[in-house]
Amino acid sequence: MIAEFGLAALWFAAALALLQLVAGSLALTPRGGALACVVRPVAMVQGALALVAFAALLTVFAETDLSVKLVAMNSHSAKPLLYKIAGAWGNHEGSMLLWVTVMGLAGGFVALVERRLPEPTMLATLAGQAFVSLGFYAFLLFASNPFERLNPVPVEGQGLNPLLQDPGLAFHPPTLYLGYVGLSIAFSFAIGALVTREVSPAFARAMRPWVLGAWIFLTLGITAGSYWAYYELGWGGWWFWDPVENASLMPWLAATALLHSAGVLAARNALRAWTVMLGVVAFSMSMVGTFLVRSGILTSVHAFAVDPKRGTFILGLLAIYIGGALTLFAIRAATVTEGERFSVTSRESALVFNNVMLTGALGIVLMGTLYPLVTEAFGEKVSVGPPYFNPMTAVFVVPMLLVLAVGPLLRWRRDSLKRVSAMLLVPGGIALICLVIGAVLAPGKVLPIIGLALAPAIALASLLPLRGRKLRQVKLPLWGMVVAHFGIAVALFGMACDSAFTTERLVAVRVGDTTPVGPWQIRLAHIAPVAGPNWTALEATLQASYKGAAPVETHPQARTFWAPVQNTAESALLTRWNGQLYTVLGDEAEDGRWQLRLWWKPFVPMIWLGGMLIGLGGLLALLGRVWSDLRRIIAREKIAYRREKQGR
Amino acid sequence: MSAVKAKHQRLVLVLIALAALIAAGLLAAWALRNQASYFYLPADIAAKPPEAGRAIRLGGMVETGSIKTAPDGVTVHFVVTDGKNRVPVAFKGIVPDLFKEGSGVVAEGRLDPAGQFVADNLLAKHDEKYVPREMKDMTAAQARETVKDTK
Repeated sequence: MIAEFGLAALWFAAALALLQLVAGSLALTPRGGALACVVRPVAMVQGALALVAFAALLTVFAETDLSVKLVAMNSHSAKPLLYKIAGAWGNHEGSMLLWVTVMGLAGGFVALVERRLPEPTMLATLAGQAFVSLGFYAFLLFASNPFERLNPVPVEGQGLNPLLQDPGLAFHPPTLYLGYVGLSIAFSFAIGALVTREVSPAFARAMRPWVLGAWIFLTLGITAGSYWAYYELGWGGWWFWDPVENASLMPWLAATALLHSAGVLAARNALRAWTVMLGVVAFSMSMVGTFLVRSGILTSVHAFAVDPKRGTFILGLLAIYIGGALTLFAIRAATVTEGERFSVTSRESALVFNNVMLTGALGIVLMGTLYPLVTEAFGEKVSVGPPYFNPMTAVFVVPMLLVLAVGPLLRWRRDSLKRVSAMLLVPGGIALICLVIGAVLAPGKVLPIIGLALAPAIALASLLPLRGRKLRQVKLPLWGMVVAHFGIAVALFGMACDSAFTTERLVAVRVGDTTPVGPWQIRLAHIAPVAGPNWTALEATLQASYKGAAPVETHPQARTFWAPVQNTAESALLTRWNGQLYTVLGDEAEDGRWQLRLWWKPFVPMIWLGGMLIGLGGLLALLGRVWSDLRRIIAREKIAYRREKQGR
Repeated sequence: MSAVKAKHQRLVLVLIALAALIAAGLLAAWALRNQASYFYLPADIAAKPPEAGRAIRLGGMVETGSIKTAPDGVTVHFVVTDGKNRVPVAFKGIVPDLFKEGSGVVAEGRLDPAGQFVADNLLAKHDEKYVPREMKDMTAAQARETVKDTK
């Protein structure tokens, strides 16, 4: 019953999206003005209904209702409850339902709270949002119905890929989806602005909180995904340039550029057409990513759909939405009048530079991700990896990082380099000293040396905007910028240290043997079998001693899941303030020795600490913006109330 | 900025952005041609061996009876074959669970000057759902024949 209820809610939500599109569009015509009052309530109810459908799916997964095909294919009664629920989005249909749910909720929320923009722009925005939603509703209802029943009902489900059975993974997809789909609001705002020719600072101010929110979730989702890959895949790496990772990085790069250009538009009424363009590009990248990941073109843990019909469907949606939006942009861009001018040495210029570099990096990643697909169409199988991505993205990212240190110190409109260069003497000196130290400690490793030189300098420079201010009076958005930029320096330092100073040991040892890795001595104490709810494992007890200190125990496992049958290596990590010891248990050799793979990774946790700081910076900025908006609204209401009273 | 320049600011900005994007595109195209790692079957290596040191991917069947573990306990030597041509492979690391003789493998790495393939990473068939992309075609057509030949 619950499944049918969910399906009905989904159909109603789709119908309301259609109504929202039609009413919103007609209300923009001269005679359709009466329809305008319908649009906002419809958007809210549509979001609520999508949520009801999603709740229904969660319920059937929590109950392991095996008569629903999706549950039977992806769940198992012996799974822990958390993974039963997480299983609801750990598959193609469920994740697409999550997609439309987030889209509906975001649209409904905009309809509920956004009052700053002229009403026609809002109508066009909500109609645009409904238009995009409609495509994904159609995709769900016609090509990937999550509530399909199965007859006869199987005795047991097929289970969830064990790699996905991890607490981090339970929350990673929803976080990323909030980011991906949150960008749809920026896309719809851009459409609304283009249709009604309303590109103004008010438009940027209205759009910015939504972009910020989506960007925070993207940042945290990417950070969490990277940490998951790091400890779950057991290869010791934290970023693989896997197409799936690139699919999340590309919207992030576009959203980061959008965030900065929206700042220019809001503060200075410049970069008008460019900001609108980025609004279109950011969500387009989300959709391209979804297409890459979900179409089955790529084979990975993330590629659920094998049905070619679905790939074609998503490709069709992509063509309609991205092609349509870009066409609209091409037609209307010329009518967007030029914004305020600025001098070469100014905050605006620095932000333009940031945008161009981010877009360049985005282009590099996009081309590297699509290239294997293109060559495969010509019968040549190719894979593109770190030898391409690392140096090529660095070409754009390194200059951007240099300007990141300077830009926040510059004034709007015009400034003199003389004033700023005095402030930058100390960070510049630090960078030079660190460059020399890095070149001595890690000879020949170009990118890590650059990272080691830049990280401390950027960390210091990112604090300079606070100089000469009373810290209590610094506004939240400025704190946000400082924290986020500082986070970039922290993450950069972790990345550089990881690739410059990691030591790795791969050995076969007998129980009782001791082996060194970096400053550690590792003793294999014993190996014993252990059992979990749906797996059994061999667990090693390692006694790890740091520079002769008392040993700490750590327990890497070689796990065997039994539904479905699959072996995974569960790494064990020991975290110290100055790095992480990473241990993996391998196979038993014929002579009774055990393979151990050990890494000492100095300062590697700073990568994810930096990622979290970047997200925190975004959160501070968002809170600051929302808070000042709220105060403005309250003040306006008070004035209106007083006037009304006086009038009487 | 001078008055003449300021008049064309928008045009200048557009040109700068375009130039940067075109530069990115050209750079990417150039780098992709040099850095992309191509997929080879043992027959391709026999016909036209890639230069030593260039990153490639080698796919084929693990020859029966060819897996040997070195005395250090962590280096494995084996032969990747397509039935006719054989490529010796050395790999230092923990092999994937489904890596075994007579089944398919994709090795990422490079040829050394002696003609031995040094693998950094092995991709074996993980389970029914997640198969390395190259192996999907290979196991269907070639694998059966290969296994027949090697047995």
